Amino acid sequence: MLEIRDIQKSFGALEVLKGVSLQVEQGDVVAILGPSGSGKTTLLRCINFLERADAGTMVFDGETVSMHRASHREIAAIRKKTAFVFQNYNLFRNKTALQNVTEGLVIARRMAKAEAVEIGKRSLDKVGLSDRYDYYPSQLSGGQQQRVAIARALATDPKIIYFDEPTSALDPELTGEVLSVMQQLATEGMTMLVVTHEMTFARNVSSKVIFMEDGLVVEEGDAKGFFDHPKTERTKAFLNHSNQ
Amino acid sequence: MNERVWNILTDSFMKILLPGLTMTIPLTVISFAIAMVIAVVTAMVQFAGVRGVKQLARFYVWVIRGTPLLVQLYVIFYGLPGLGIIIDPFPAAVIVFAINEGAYCAETVRAALESVPVGQMEAGYCVGMSYLQIMRRIVLPQAMRTAFPPLSNSLIALVKDTSLAANITVLEMFMATQRIVARTYEPLALYIEVGLIYLLFSTVLTKLQRIGEKRLNTYEKKETV
Repeated sequence: MLEIRDIQKSFGALEVLKGVSLQVEQGDVVAILGPSGSGKTTLLRCINFLERADAGTMVFDGETVSMHRASHREIAAIRKKTAFVFQNYNLFRNKTALQNVTEGLVIARRMAKAEAVEIGKRSLDKVGLSDRYDYYPSQLSGGQQQRVAIARALATDPKIIYFDEPTSALDPELTGEVLSVMQQLATEGMTMLVVTHEMTFARNVSSKVIFMEDGLVVEEGDAKGFFDHPKTERTKAFLNHSNQ
Repeated sequence: MNERVWNILTDSFMKILLPGLTMTIPLTVISFAIAMVIAVVTAMVQFAGVRGVKQLARFYVWVIRGTPLLVQLYVIFYGLPGLGIIIDPFPAAVIVFAINEGAYCAETVRAALESVPVGQMEAGYCVGMSYLQIMRRIVLPQAMRTAFPPLSNSLIALVKDTSLAANITVLEMFMATQRIVARTYEPLALYIEVGLIYLLFSTVLTKLQRIGEKRLNTYEKKETV
């Protein structure tokens, strides 16, 4: 459903992505692992065109686009079928939880307000925030904000949701509530591409793992195989280190 | 204070306040409203980096901030007739104050736009909104909240700067006072009186600013959950 071919990206002299390819099938939960600075986040941001890649091709939902030459219209069309959950939530600060969720429906998709509110409430209910519709982001905890962000992502009925280290900014006791929502989505068959440091999540929830280092994919495979029988020395070292 | 001066002050109070209400305030309000439109447009083309227009906006801010308000008033009112362009005192004053204030406020609004975290823009894109939709619904409202105190500051400054319009024969509070002084020869008492009336106007605006800030702050107020 999503295929990336040979994506490259440099910031000045620094080569961040040196030709990464990946494939996500419908219903897959793909975890992207790797040490800091390996290019995971840049990869995800390029895939949703928040950064412009220098080279690469994307096949999304049957359409092929160039990652460095995609037009505004092509990008807008792709973004309407995807959703993005940020590390630091990025909720609209001047909107309530419910407005955060309905904004993309009413404004970007021209949905009738009543219908959008209904979908918005349903999405917030799903992430366990039925009692927080009218709260502003500043009145919510980090975990609650991230769950609003997930509800905002769900509301647009995306074909895939990208998660950029969704729990990295959270206190350990708040990561659980976000991870369990993501786990629930995975069970329901939502396609997800998740950059994460949560090994337990990657092992238990994801169907596929991609391990990156220095702008390259070092190893990839199904989650069980990756964790139980890592192939490369580098992956073994990484897994040993994160188990300690 | 002797009785004569006291009588002059009480007699003149309404004669000064009235032009304040019918001239100073409309002049301020109309000029500031136009200035806001100029400021937001000027700030937005700079923020968005619209080529060509951005340079024009910078040039405008540079020229207006770099020349005295009084000189600008004279150029428009006494200078332009030389080219056959004659503008009545009140509209001339509105034009100059709006253009002058617009340049200062443009910088305030631009700084406020730049203070909105880039993630707000990115989140807007990711839910499928266009640049203009994000600006209008997300970035600009947040920026205007940040810009509100400094813009209130500019408004209060403008109330007082309108006294310069006396120089181009706009009969506002200060000119009204000058006329009474010419008749009564009590400059100290009368100029202090008009100063106090300006202070009164500014005080009302300061109070309004506080109320405005309180209302705008609702979404940032941290409440126990």
